[in-house]
Amino acid sequence: MFEEVIQPGASWSHVLKRGTALRITDVEGGANVGALFYNFECTTERYNMPDTLKAQHIARLTRDFVLYSDMGRILCSITGDTVGWHDPLGGCSEAGRDSFLIELEKWGLGPRDLVANVNFFSRVDVAHDGAISFHEGNSKSGSSIDLRAEMNVLTVLNTVTHPMASGAAKPVLVSVFKVEAPRHDDPCRVSRPENGRGFTLTERYFL
Amino acid sequence: MTRYSHVIPPGEFWIHEIKRGEHFRIVDLHGNQAVDTLFYNARNYADRFSAQDTIREQKNIYLTTGTRLMSNFGTTMLTITEDTCGRHDTLGGACSHESNMVRYAIEKRHMHACRASFLKAVSTWPGLEKRDIPPNINFFMNVPVTPEGQLTFEDGISEPGKYVEMRAEIDVLCLISNCPQLNNPCNGYNPTPVEVLIWG
Repeated sequence: MFEEVIQPGASWSHVLKRGTALRITDVEGGANVGALFYNFECTTERYNMPDTLKAQHIARLTRDFVLYSDMGRILCSITGDTVGWHDPLGGCSEAGRDSFLIELEKWGLGPRDLVANVNFFSRVDVAHDGAISFHEGNSKSGSSIDLRAEMNVLTVLNTVTHPMASGAAKPVLVSVFKVEAPRHDDPCRVSRPENGRGFTLTERYFL
Repeated sequence: MTRYSHVIPPGEFWIHEIKRGEHFRIVDLHGNQAVDTLFYNARNYADRFSAQDTIREQKNIYLTTGTRLMSNFGTTMLTITEDTCGRHDTLGGACSHESNMVRYAIEKRHMHACRASFLKAVSTWPGLEKRDIPPNINFFMNVPVTPEGQLTFEDGISEPGKYVEMRAEIDVLCLISNCPQLNNPCNGYNPTPVEVLIWG
C-alpha cells in the first residue's frame, strides 16, 4: 500500500489497521527499532511486556509469537522474521525516550503513557545468573520482520540506537500491505494454547 | 523506631508514601508470597518505577541487595539495602482477569487478580488512573530466564520470615497488591499475608 524510509535516529507513527501488516527492513544491518503499540480506539489498552512474555514463556520475540495488550488481546502477530531474536527487555535510552514522547504527544499521549518498549533487530542475552549483555551483530543487511495488526494499532517507532549498543543509528524501510485474516490454523494462533485464547478474545472484541 | 507497620492480607492493596531517607521493609510472613509492587515519585507520578531501566542500569534481571530501583526518567527511587531472599522478579508483571483468561482458561475471568487490586487502588487515589500502572516488581517471586530466551514460573525461593529492605532516595508513593493468584506456584497455591514496616 505504501512504503517509507525512517531515517537514522528519527521517529514515525501510524495507525496500523486490522487486516494490514507492517514489514520493517533493516536496510544496512545493525538497525534498532524502538516500538510501542496502543489500541487506537482506547489507548489505555497498550502493549504489555510482562503479559507478552509470560503468556508465551519467552524473553525474546520472533516469528509465531504475538504482542499482547494489557487486556488479554493481541495487538500484532509476528508473521515473518528473518532475524530470529528481537529484544523485549532493554528499554530505551534518553534519546529514545524523547523520541517516543514527541511521537506520543502527536496523538494526545504523554509521559504517563510510556511503557516498556520492544527493540526490533536487537538482542539482549540473559545468562543463568540473570546478567544481561548486548549481542553484537544480531541483524544483517536486508533482515526483516512482519507485524500483522490484529486490532487497529497505534504503532510508534524510532530508529534511535539501542541503549546498550554503541555505534551510529541506522535507517529502516517500513512498508504497509494488506493481509488475509488469520485462519484457524494460523501459525501464531496454534503456536501455544494461550495464543489460541488470545485470538479468541481479540476476535470477540470486534463482534 | 518503627513509625509505621501494617499487615497486608492476600488479595488486598496497600498504598502509602515513604519519605526520602526512610527505610522500608517487606516481610514474607509465611513464605513464597508474591508482592506486586509499584513506586512513583511522590512529587510527579509520571516519574515511576521502570523494570527496563532498572535491569539495564544494573545489567541483571533479578533484584537483590545493591539494586537501585530506577524510574523511566532515570531517577534512582530506592536502593535495596538488605535482602534475605536473594532474588526478586522484574519480568512477570501482575496477574489480571484478562491475563488469567489467556494463560489458563476464559472461565477464569472471575478470579481475583493483582491488576484488579491496582485498579481499585488508583480509583481511590487522586492523580492516578489505569495508565499509571506500568510493569511492576514481584518481590519474593522466582521467574528464571534461560540463555535460550525462555521464561518460566518456578517454585518460590522465599521462606517464612524472609524480608527485603530498601532506602528511599526520594519521596515515593508505594502501591502494593498482595497477590491472590491460585493458578501457578507464585504463591505456593496458598496466598498469605505480608507485613510492611517503615522507619526513619
